[in-house]
Amino acid sequence: MDYVHNIEHQDIVHRCFRCGYCKFPEDYVDFNCPSYKAFGWDTYSPGGRMWLIRAWLNDEIKTSPHFAEILYSCVACDNCKNQCVFPKFKDFLPEIFQETKSELVNEGRIPPEVRDYFKAVATNGNPYKLPQSERGKWAGETGLTKYSGQEYLFYVGCVGSYDEVGQKMARSVGSLLVKAGVSLGIMGSEETCDGNEVKILGEMGLFTQLANDNIKKFKAKGVKKIITLDPHALNIFKKDYPKLGGNFNVLHYTEILAGLIKAKKIALSNYPVKVTYHDPCYLGRHNQVYGPPREILKAIPGVELVEMRRNSLNAFCCGGGGGNFFTDILGTGEDSAGRVRVREAFETGANIIAVACPSCAKMLIDAVKMEELDGKLDVLGIAEIIERAQKIKKGTVNG
Amino acid sequence: MSEILKSLIDIVGERGVSNAPEELWFYSRDPGVLTPHLPDYVVAPKTTEEVQKIVLLANREKIPIVPMGNGMSLTGLVIPLKGGIVMDMKRMNKILEVNQMARYAVVEGGTSQGVLKAYLQDHYPQLRHSIPDAPPTTTIAANMALHGQGRLTQQYGFNSDMVTGMEIVLPTGDICKIGSPSLGPYWFSKGPTLPDLSGLFLGWLGTTGIITKIGLRLYPNKKIRDVELFVTDRVDLIPDMLYKLTHLEMLEDINVWFQPKPLMFLGNFHITIYFTGDDEEEIAFKRKLIWDALQEYMDSKNGGFMSVQYMKGMLLEMPQRAIADFADVPKGGGFEYSGPITIIEHFPQYAAKVVELAKKYDVLYASSARLISGGHCMMFSISFAFNRNDPAMMTRVKHALDEATAFALEMGGIPWKPNFMEQKMTMKKMEPNALKILQMIKKNLDPQGIMNPGNWEVN
Repeated sequence: MDYVHNIEHQDIVHRCFRCGYCKFPEDYVDFNCPSYKAFGWDTYSPGGRMWLIRAWLNDEIKTSPHFAEILYSCVACDNCKNQCVFPKFKDFLPEIFQETKSELVNEGRIPPEVRDYFKAVATNGNPYKLPQSERGKWAGETGLTKYSGQEYLFYVGCVGSYDEVGQKMARSVGSLLVKAGVSLGIMGSEETCDGNEVKILGEMGLFTQLANDNIKKFKAKGVKKIITLDPHALNIFKKDYPKLGGNFNVLHYTEILAGLIKAKKIALSNYPVKVTYHDPCYLGRHNQVYGPPREILKAIPGVELVEMRRNSLNAFCCGGGGGNFFTDILGTGEDSAGRVRVREAFETGANIIAVACPSCAKMLIDAVKMEELDGKLDVLGIAEIIERAQKIKKGTVNG
Repeated sequence: MSEILKSLIDIVGERGVSNAPEELWFYSRDPGVLTPHLPDYVVAPKTTEEVQKIVLLANREKIPIVPMGNGMSLTGLVIPLKGGIVMDMKRMNKILEVNQMARYAVVEGGTSQGVLKAYLQDHYPQLRHSIPDAPPTTTIAANMALHGQGRLTQQYGFNSDMVTGMEIVLPTGDICKIGSPSLGPYWFSKGPTLPDLSGLFLGWLGTTGIITKIGLRLYPNKKIRDVELFVTDRVDLIPDMLYKLTHLEMLEDINVWFQPKPLMFLGNFHITIYFTGDDEEEIAFKRKLIWDALQEYMDSKNGGFMSVQYMKGMLLEMPQRAIADFADVPKGGGFEYSGPITIIEHFPQYAAKVVELAKKYDVLYASSARLISGGHCMMFSISFAFNRNDPAMMTRVKHALDEATAFALEMGGIPWKPNFMEQKMTMKKMEPNALKILQMIKKNLDPQGIMNPGNWEVN
């Protein structure tokens, strides 16, 4: 028997005109949809997806691995939502894509990479298949302690906990916050996946379980305020946890650091370097945090902040969103998002790409290698750049 | 795997060809009301040489080829009526040259309007091209190949008049350059003073060759753009008003539009007058001349200027996003229009016909005319929105458009980007010897009949 597909917003799917504004940034300088840029078929653009979803709902095309690839190559960067010209349904575009992926999950017709991701998270609480006991090891000598009623919970997330690049970023942020006297603690081995990617990949059952468990845990510990390392966690905590009863005051670490710098609680020295800032989609477009990371960089004496051609609302994604960081469905070809973004950063003449998301950091570091820009372009977290400036004052590091 | 698929993969690589049901379904249709037809393959070449190899293969195997830009003509010109290969040109999107002093650009055949606009803003802010109000994803070559219009059409003619040279892959697979680039490195003329061979490809809707490179004129980009909106309920006076405005010889663009929704626009005709200047003094001078030109209609209480403050941003946008918005008025994601080219003095008859057709077929209209070449003619858009989930409404729109085209032909107009049925209607009315020339050209250039078959088929 054929599977009958239903999605919540199926009554508006036909309203896409496939005009293609969604492929571009505001000023049309280049295609801003990472999957369209990488694959080059209209089917991989937001409008293409909308039309295919309608055909699929109408049973004009069947579920197939190719259809699933088209859906799962979306990096959920939200560019389409911002550029679509139809005000009455533009906000629902990402939801329609996510609901369709949920249907594929229900049908059991998802790409193997996505299946493996779900399995790893469900089994281990993280996609790295690493033991829970190792989750807090990154904190090492940072001075961070276990959360026990401090003002903030510092939630690091899976990438910050287990990935080498993410851990480095987490350590920098943690150390800075401790040194600045912020009252905060971490969950360590008690922390579990926040579920942002699980939801966007369409596993609503697993997401609800993860979110409910986290909410229960946070409440039991008396958590009221959360600082996140990862904008993906920020996004899910702010947008979806409240719907499940998890109301917390959630901030991204750059928002806290910007405040501390303004209050002169973090000393900054001259660090003469040219930096460009890459907006993470989940911090920028999804949550409209554009200012604080730039305020931090501009506050460092000697730092020259140069913007990439596409920035802020129009920033091009690194390609790591929508679970692609783990599933790699977008691939690593010449037109893959990370490589395109790194080339764009290099064109600014900057020596450093400043990042505020561990997934972006990892994606762009890999892309720098692929573009053979090692030694010419460094990818550093905002806190790592602050640390470099501080070390220069002490005369221990030279640029 | 079929031999043809293998050969296509050899030419463009695995990522450059698809026969997956998803791509075949998508590339079988456009956003208009015409019936889709499945292609057999979709290919996306990146170089002229790849285009050439695909055409040679198609010749050998006698497979139709349908070149495609963004597929936004809305009249089914990229629907593969006889199957075969749809060739998505959008991966050929490089801007190859801008000659600032000679004011021209050379771009690859799939370069989009939006990308060129942004590129000129970044690198040559003193230059601009005639951008249409179609979405920015539409391609320059396709727009010129179907005699599109743009923001500078009132001043300088059809966008196809602005072509300065072409590289074409002929239906036989030969690569040929048209105009000054056929003699040297410069792309400043599509024909003159040579015999103008560009006419063998412009307006032919992809039936005589594939444009792989195109040169286009660029124009001065003045520092300030401004707009005035004149409103009248006297449709009979509009041709005269337009005549007086074009006499000024200094306006960037003139559009006349009328629509029943939102209600504030019902019953009036709106003349949007665009003008430019390098300083406020020039703007003020031109504004004065515009007001002077229409003063008599204000004196006779037959019209007046309307404040544009609240919609100025929307009017000055290039392209105008609000135009695509019309597709969602019936909450259904579609509109299509017939856009005959006609003389200005017929404006009242066309306007009456739009309203009559909308009423007869119970569909929602919006209409906008754009002046061409200082008023020698205009493109009169007869546009109807539809709900894609309502097949009966789509059929009514189709009938209304068919009738609009028949009306335009009766009135001595020329259909713009006609669909295959409208082409047949046009050829039926065409003077026999003109038709004979069309037939000779098509037969000689495309002896196998593989290029976008079903279109401009002279039997």
